[in-house]
Amino acid sequence: MIRLFKVKEKQKELAENANGGAPIKKQTAGELRLHKDISELNLPKSCTITFPNGKDDLMNFEVSIRPDEGYYFGGTFLFSFQVSPIYPHEAPKVKCKTKVYHPNIDLEGNVCLNILREDWKPVLNINTIIYGLYHLFTEPNYEDPLNHDAAAVLRDNPKMFESNVRRAMSGGYVGQSFFPRCI
Amino acid sequence: MADAAPPSKSRDLDKLLLRPGNLVGPTFDPGVQLRDDLQEYVKVLVVGAGGLGCELLKDLALSGFKNLEVIDMDRIEVSNLNRQFLFRISIGLNLDCLSLVLKRNSVIMGPMGRLEDVGKPKAEVAAKRVMERVSGVNIVPHFCRIEDKDIEFYSDFNIIALGLDSIEARSYINAVACSFLEYDFDDNPREETMKPMVDGGTEGFKGHARVIVPGVTPCFECTIWLFPPQVKFPLCTLAETPRNAAHCIEYAHLIKWDEVHRGKAFDPDNGDHMKWVYDEAVKRAELFGIPGVTYSLTQGVVKNIIPAIASTNAIVSAACALETLKIASGCSKTLSNYLTYNGVEGLHSKVTQFVKDKDCLVCGPGVLIELDTTVTLQKFINMLEEHPKLLISKASITYHGKNLYMQAPPVLEEMTRSNLNLPLYDLMDKIPKDILHATGTINKDNKKSSGLKKLRVVFKGIDGVTDMDLAGGA
Repeated sequence: MIRLFKVKEKQKELAENANGGAPIKKQTAGELRLHKDISELNLPKSCTITFPNGKDDLMNFEVSIRPDEGYYFGGTFLFSFQVSPIYPHEAPKVKCKTKVYHPNIDLEGNVCLNILREDWKPVLNINTIIYGLYHLFTEPNYEDPLNHDAAAVLRDNPKMFESNVRRAMSGGYVGQSFFPRCI
Repeated sequence: MADAAPPSKSRDLDKLLLRPGNLVGPTFDPGVQLRDDLQEYVKVLVVGAGGLGCELLKDLALSGFKNLEVIDMDRIEVSNLNRQFLFRISIGLNLDCLSLVLKRNSVIMGPMGRLEDVGKPKAEVAAKRVMERVSGVNIVPHFCRIEDKDIEFYSDFNIIALGLDSIEARSYINAVACSFLEYDFDDNPREETMKPMVDGGTEGFKGHARVIVPGVTPCFECTIWLFPPQVKFPLCTLAETPRNAAHCIEYAHLIKWDEVHRGKAFDPDNGDHMKWVYDEAVKRAELFGIPGVTYSLTQGVVKNIIPAIASTNAIVSAACALETLKIASGCSKTLSNYLTYNGVEGLHSKVTQFVKDKDCLVCGPGVLIELDTTVTLQKFINMLEEHPKLLISKASITYHGKNLYMQAPPVLEEMTRSNLNLPLYDLMDKIPKDILHATGTINKDNKKSSGLKKLRVVFKGIDGVTDMDLAGGA
């Protein structure tokens, strides 16, 4: 058992000596794991990462994706990442900051990607998420739609889908919604 | 035999503390001195003043602890009253109003659930009530977040008892308690730096109680991988093909809210927000012909609440209070180290001895590295490649949340490149010894893998360092 009373005196002494008095910023295990993921990032040329809060805040960053093939070729799409302190137990929260005409991304920026929600596993990492997002642009699918109309058009009339995407990316209306230019 | 002790108010406690026994701890010293020392010197912090916290405060006060403190950032709500028995009703309350409120919140009123305290800080009311009922106990309440207290606050306590409701909060307190732990030159944990924690948790009819002694038992982080993943519905199911009431509720909460309330954050504690989500969920359910959406289910799904039961809380906190008493006094062997309780059908309880993770980033010893104060960051990174216990190449280094050097991505490498020529001692704020972390590629037995390692850096030749370590060590 612990000799509590002697422990108390020693602890006070240690606390004064070791820390030099100043409160120290806690670094969670989640931040450490994130640090590992970020330092191992291996992104394709079409994806770039930026840290708006500087080099010491890895929990909030942005990723910009420029697909080099497919319907969305030439457009630039910005995603915001918010990582929780209990990462990787919880998946990062990812939202699309660019308004886009896409069957799997709605007009509020919610992204339907399985590994961000029901298929998230702690063994996955930031690299896999970014690859997953890139894949959404090279292979949009109408089977998991967040944007019901876009999904229907992709399924029934791919040529019209292609022209809708181009019009949206150049800045224009598709149906009732206006899409700012992102190309 | 024990000396003739003056009669105390607690005969049961005397039986444990005043006489020897077969199950006692190795340094157990029975007698009046022990009983008095427990009252005078031992300080216990109770984290959380909710279902478990209220029970813990009562149990600890009645177990002879006289110096308690409690911290909780919440205010009392009506739904708390069926089990957080320290919170009360007001006299003269209009009965009609009362029954309306009860119906709305589906509260089952226990014999002690009352309304006068609704809105007041839990920590303050709980402390007040226990001090009124148990003479001699002193409880200091703290109405704030656990993150708002600095490390000196926590270092003051001998034992920390947890009555928390989230993984995140437990992870934080665990990191704080384990940060006091120090290792000697032989990688043995130093007993006087161990800050024991007793952690309890409940969910409906199930609960657990565990003892965490940093450096000896697994810490919270060592076993965090045991938690199952949280239930998350695919967004497309919510948007297109809901099948049950929870889908309808989450649709309203996650998708419809943003569509209608652009920019305004959803606040689960705001009754109007919750009502809005409930109404939208009902509309959605009607559209798809799905039964079962109720206001209380809405609250449960949105806030992740499982209905709480007073008896589970009482059982788990009793186990925790008992362990606290055992650790403080040595009057019996402690729980080793994880107790589960399941009262769903009959009653089942089991104790498992989990094993510490020696590579744990939070409580593990890490690898000891001794350095001169002149060593630059670049030199340090090169050393890591050669170090027999590490063999990390292309390491990125982080210290107390500051990224000293990042090998990738290019934008961060550029921002941190200038640190490479600076002495590590300066980058570590000239502290004689501290912890930092390195991540990189590990080359062991011709196999490459990526690794994240905890490093204990000690700078040679600084006054006081060598003496302290030798004294505590082998």
